[in-house]
Amino acid sequence: MFRFLLKRLALTLPTFLALMLVTFLMIRLVPGDPIEVRRGERGITPERLEQLRHEMGLDQPVLKQFLDYVWGILNGDFGVSIVSRTPILDEFIKLFPATLELTICAMTFAIALGIPAGVYAATRRGGVADQTLMGLALTGYSMPIFWWGLLLILVMSNTLGLTPVSGRIDLIKYYFQPVTGFMLIDSVLSGQKGAFLDAVRHLILPMIVLGTVPLAVIARMTRSSMLEILGEDYVRTARAKGLSAARVVGVHALRNALIPVVTVIGLQTGTLLAGAVLTETIFSWPGVGKWLIESIGRRDYPALQGGIMLISTMVILVNLAVDLLYGLINPRICHGG
Amino acid sequence: MKKTMFAAALLAATALSGAASAKSLAYCSEGSPENFSPSMNTTGTSLDAARPVYNKLVQFEPGSTTPKPALAESFTISEDGLTITFKLRAGVKFHSGVNGFTPSRDLTADDVIWSFERQWKADHPYAKVSGGAYDYFNDMGMPDSLDSITKTDDLTVVMKLKAPNAPIIANLAMDFATIHSAEYAKFLMDKGTPEQFDQMPVGTGSFQFVDYQKDAVIRYKAFEGWAGKPKVDDLIYAITPDPTARYAKLKANECQVMIAPNPADLEAMGKDPDVNLMSQAGLNIGYLSMNAQKPPFDKPEVRQAIAMAIDRDAILKEVYQGAGQKAKNPIPPTMWSYDEATVDYEYNPEKAKEILKAAGVAEGLATDIWWMPVQRPYNPNAKRIAEMMQSDLAKVGLTATLVSFEWGEYRKRLQAGEHQLGLLGWTGDNGDPDNFFFLAGCDKDGKPAGQNISKWCDPKFNELMLKARSSTDMAERTKIYQEMQKLHHDGVAWLNIAHSTVFEPTRKSVSGYKISPFGAHEFQNVDVAE
Repeated sequence: MFRFLLKRLALTLPTFLALMLVTFLMIRLVPGDPIEVRRGERGITPERLEQLRHEMGLDQPVLKQFLDYVWGILNGDFGVSIVSRTPILDEFIKLFPATLELTICAMTFAIALGIPAGVYAATRRGGVADQTLMGLALTGYSMPIFWWGLLLILVMSNTLGLTPVSGRIDLIKYYFQPVTGFMLIDSVLSGQKGAFLDAVRHLILPMIVLGTVPLAVIARMTRSSMLEILGEDYVRTARAKGLSAARVVGVHALRNALIPVVTVIGLQTGTLLAGAVLTETIFSWPGVGKWLIESIGRRDYPALQGGIMLISTMVILVNLAVDLLYGLINPRICHGG
Repeated sequence: MKKTMFAAALLAATALSGAASAKSLAYCSEGSPENFSPSMNTTGTSLDAARPVYNKLVQFEPGSTTPKPALAESFTISEDGLTITFKLRAGVKFHSGVNGFTPSRDLTADDVIWSFERQWKADHPYAKVSGGAYDYFNDMGMPDSLDSITKTDDLTVVMKLKAPNAPIIANLAMDFATIHSAEYAKFLMDKGTPEQFDQMPVGTGSFQFVDYQKDAVIRYKAFEGWAGKPKVDDLIYAITPDPTARYAKLKANECQVMIAPNPADLEAMGKDPDVNLMSQAGLNIGYLSMNAQKPPFDKPEVRQAIAMAIDRDAILKEVYQGAGQKAKNPIPPTMWSYDEATVDYEYNPEKAKEILKAAGVAEGLATDIWWMPVQRPYNPNAKRIAEMMQSDLAKVGLTATLVSFEWGEYRKRLQAGEHQLGLLGWTGDNGDPDNFFFLAGCDKDGKPAGQNISKWCDPKFNELMLKARSSTDMAERTKIYQEMQKLHHDGVAWLNIAHSTVFEPTRKSVSGYKISPFGAHEFQNVDVAE
């Protein structure tokens, strides 16, 4: 197990290096630099442009800039935002809990509905329930996030008045300092009456919007994986032994069917973080996705580089955790080497 | 540790729960500020975030372009126009309790001098703090204008200029000229955290800074200072980047004032029983620059022919969709010195064709039209305008290709004069006509200044511009600017397209809100019915 872990960690090193290089170069290939972008109509004299580029270190050779950047990261220094002048790591740590909270809730929502839906559809293969559920899953999978978010706001918030439009909490009614950065926890800690329920209400729409695609993927994957397992000999044996249908499906079949589902969940985590960029913009959710979008607009190189590196690290770690989970779900998979 | 944090959270909650019954106003803003020091910012979002906290020596009267005394009770300009003496208001208090700072004194001349010298003198202790790029101070030519800023006593500031400069009072009403607390600066420097100066602002304004959570919210509370107590107790900026979401929040009463509505929502807003859709002619101009250094556009008659070839009424109708006014002068009609007498070029493709023929422009001549890749207040859809112009030019025998670049790159290339025809525009900063005319100005050697992308240089126009700057007589300046509008029109320094209309939706419960001609958002006189 330990050797497996070391091996996997060693394998992530080239991934990190490639990531650093690609993000570094991609951002610089986009035309316009941070100084010109903020000038707009006003323009800038070539002399002043040179002076500001020099102050920001943008006049250094690209290779030197890259090496400085890698050296900084090796020393745990992700740089300072060109725009706000605060360290990238500080900004990330402040914003990441919001994204994490949303991602965890969206994933929980997707798993909690996706797996039962997939199992139910598999046990009623070809029936009305199966076709309806899979039709819905296909719709969910192809839903454009932006449109889906705005539609939900229009119906749920503006027409029915059931949920708030956006944000994480009612800013007029409640005010407390963030302690953990997770609104669900902070609202409880604040002791303010109704704050927790208000935070939950604010989470509902973004959670549904962000969770829709993974929900669809998980449901479809669970269904096909279950169908495969339900046809296996050992499932037939279990049935022949006289076990209840619930036990056959829930214990014998589902546990084995979950392996590909867990892989999909791991992969979807990356997709979720990408989806969070749009969801956070629609719902004014102060997370890292929105922050990255703004950083692109402002050509805030350090924020983009640091932000993408940190998010990628999360995705790599989640995938590593998924690999380790296989062993727990299916003891036949042994990481001993 | 955890226990302490929990206790702190509880304490904060208890202390603040009383605030829930106070009168609050939520404003749906567009984004997070870069920082809270206006001298270092150029974006409306950042300037809006600092404005509740600060004051200037002179300030624009809400909703107007007229500068009025603010922190300066009065000011006098010497006869030679070289000395401005500001008499400061006595007893002006700074906010207390922000970031652990308690002011020990009222506003003095030292604060004024400190605020300007930070932007001006490289050896100022705060000159390099937070990056130290003071764009507006430099853009408005302050380093070239200022000779010295001194005090004669604690409440008198004397500003000496190198040359008479009439627009300087309007310049001083701009946000970069905000007055900070020198004592707070020293307090933070002694603490070793000078960068907090730009993150946790202390000023004399109607609202005191309370808290800022990046990308989420900025909170302020009412401050009873020299200007009296504002009408609401809590001011909340709910950061909401998407315009459709902003409107949804306005409808749900999650905010009462919002910035920048989506043009597609305007019709619905107009019919919404809860929304008051305010509008005002914008202090802006959208124009088509014709590069006067590139043939055939170096000939004035060719530029005139282009002015006649383009159907601007159709552009107004289709692109501005009525939310704009056709422009015949480079300054908007709401600005003093606007010349009503200007006779605009009429749309006449036949005549344009004749002029082009007479000027020797060959049928089918290839040219380009540059369009900017971004939506601007003065131009909602540059690409569509360029396409319409392309088809208009085809009718008079010119073949235009459309060109665009990333926004920063686009502006740079226009400034370098790479284009033949290019779309751009301007939004006014300070309500002084000079702030528009300088766009067509040239330097002493007759070379176009950086902002002059048409590369049009008329010595007479320049001479008048300098003369207007050195005069403090409003009537004389008006006359000069009207003459300049004639020169601009006859020489077609650029083709004026439109002045767009600015829209600001508020809830009907909001009173006292005024649209600022500069796109500023101000709340000191705003009330909200509960």
